[in-house]
Amino acid sequence: MNLFEYIRPASTAEAVTAASEPGAAYLAGGTNLLDLMKVGAIHPGRLVDVTRLPGLDRIEQLADGGMRIGAMVRNADIARDPIFAKAYPSVAEALLSGASPQLRNAATVGGNLLQRTRCAYFQDAASACNRRDPGAGCDAREGENRAHAVLGWSQSCIATHPSDFCVPLVALDAVVEIEGPNGGREVPLEEFHLLPGTTPERENVLGAGELITGLRLPADASGFRSHARYLKLRERTSFAFALVSAAAALRIEGETIRAARLALGGVAAKPWRARAAEALLTGAKPDAEIFAGAAEVALAEARPSGDNAYKIELAKRLVKRAFLLAAAGTPERVPALPASVFVSDTGVPTHA
Amino acid sequence: MSLSISLTVNGASKVVPIEDPRVTLLDLLRERLVLTGTKKGCDRGQCGACTVLVDGRRINACLALAVSVDGADILTIEGLAKGDRLDPVQAAFIEHDGFQCGFCTPGQIMSATGLIREGEADGDPERVREGMSGNLCRCGAHAGIIEAVLDAQRRVAEQERRIA
Ligand SMILES: Cc1cc2nc3c(=O)[nH]c(=O)nc-3n(C[C@H](O)[C@H](O)[C@H](O)COP(=O)(O)OP(=O)(O)OC[C@H]3O[C@@H](n4cnc5c(N)ncnc54)[C@H](O)[C@@H]3O)c2cc1C
Ligand code: SF4
Repeated sequence: MNLFEYIRPASTAEAVTAASEPGAAYLAGGTNLLDLMKVGAIHPGRLVDVTRLPGLDRIEQLADGGMRIGAMVRNADIARDPIFAKAYPSVAEALLSGASPQLRNAATVGGNLLQRTRCAYFQDAASACNRRDPGAGCDAREGENRAHAVLGWSQSCIATHPSDFCVPLVALDAVVEIEGPNGGREVPLEEFHLLPGTTPERENVLGAGELITGLRLPADASGFRSHARYLKLRERTSFAFALVSAAAALRIEGETIRAARLALGGVAAKPWRARAAEALLTGAKPDAEIFAGAAEVALAEARPSGDNAYKIELAKRLVKRAFLLAAAGTPERVPALPASVFVSDTGVPTHA
Repeated sequence: MSLSISLTVNGASKVVPIEDPRVTLLDLLRERLVLTGTKKGCDRGQCGACTVLVDGRRINACLALAVSVDGADILTIEGLAKGDRLDPVQAAFIEHDGFQCGFCTPGQIMSATGLIREGEADGDPERVREGMSGNLCRCGAHAGIIEAVLDAQRRVAEQERRIA
């Protein structure tokens, strides 16, 4: 790890000033930042510790019925908040399916959104990586790329965004609140992360010094609470990143889907909202056939970026299954194995 | 740069000068405070051997900068037993053979302590397994570990009933 200057600002304004210098990075839970510094993938010259900034550690109900989560709220505490988990159960399920209990106790909202790709070549300073070192090339193209992107990738970069949390958030129209050198602004999460194109080093819309201060979920997103699931396929039952994940939500009246939401994780450099699939479901009867159709539409543009064509079929099956489970109803409590497919539809584990 | 941080470690106040901000909580515990019960396994948050409680919550000490936890209350494996009397979680690990080589054990026990305090796993083995998924055991003693955690949970609940 390189040597760095450590700064602990007393206010958001001080933090923004300190982080506007070239080479500065915000330090939140540190679970991604320190990891990458240890392996030499990144070398910030200054760490601005934002964990003690006042006012960023609260979960609040808003007057309009929505909810706001401060950027420093720890991932575990969001899932544990009974009001939040009831209103946005698929977000709680996604959080509990991510990382480990220890990591979730440390990881923050802002850090989760801004965690970097798990592409092994990005993490290995000796490999060529356009995202880490623009113009260097991409060793993943001819390398170990089974887990890489099938949507929105480019010749420059085929990496995925690894967050579970972001997937239901993007499905539910979450909005990111930002403070920066030029004041505050808001960006819908769907527009926050950027696809690689020819500039994979530009991972999101944040400019120098900009700090995420919070995240808002709109009131109408809680209208999906009775039919909202997150499913995640991984190489082991627990404590593994998603190969493919899906957040599916429905608003059902009688025999008709009034509204549908779908986002996919592990398939692209951003959490992938599938609006065409949502449109197909609106007004339809909730059954396996229409859900399979929605899955086809959601993955229509998908193309393998390497040894990963299997992910397209896997994603389709997962979308269908996530909608079937969502239609069956959100469980009273997050299942013992959150987001796992190793649970029968009645909630009884079929695998230990 | 010279920083000085104060911590409460296993109930005792410590002021530790830090010349280099790169020191993690794990290295501080092991190398400055000579509390070597907390282990360094992967040093990347993947194995859980470094699990300690910070302000009552289990975290991976390897991914926390010491300067960032300035002022915190830390509980490590050394702080669990009361003199010669083992903590119920420690006793349960021994009784249920919750280890083989013992390297991951301090992390397992601290993680189990955190899990029991969180109070979310009930007596459900599936929830306990999931709740202990941040701690790997290369000897494969997981079956005994889960038995131990379930038993420890019962013992702690009983202890609390007696005190109440
Ligand atoms: C072993 C392991 C397994 C994991 N498994 C999963 C998993 O299954 N699913 C999953 O979703 N995640 C997983 N993670 C990733 C984990 O969720 C992230 O490391 C965590 O969310 C990062 O949050 P943090 O607060 O620790 O961020 P930090 O490490 O402190 O920061 C991460 C990045 O965000 C920036 N940053 C932080 N906060 C702000 C802010 N408020 N404004 C602007 N910039 C900011 C930092 O500068 C840095 O670039 C895993 C991590 C590990 C180590
Ligand atoms: S896929 Fe992207 S992150 Fe991975 S090596 Fe290529 S450029 Fe780097």
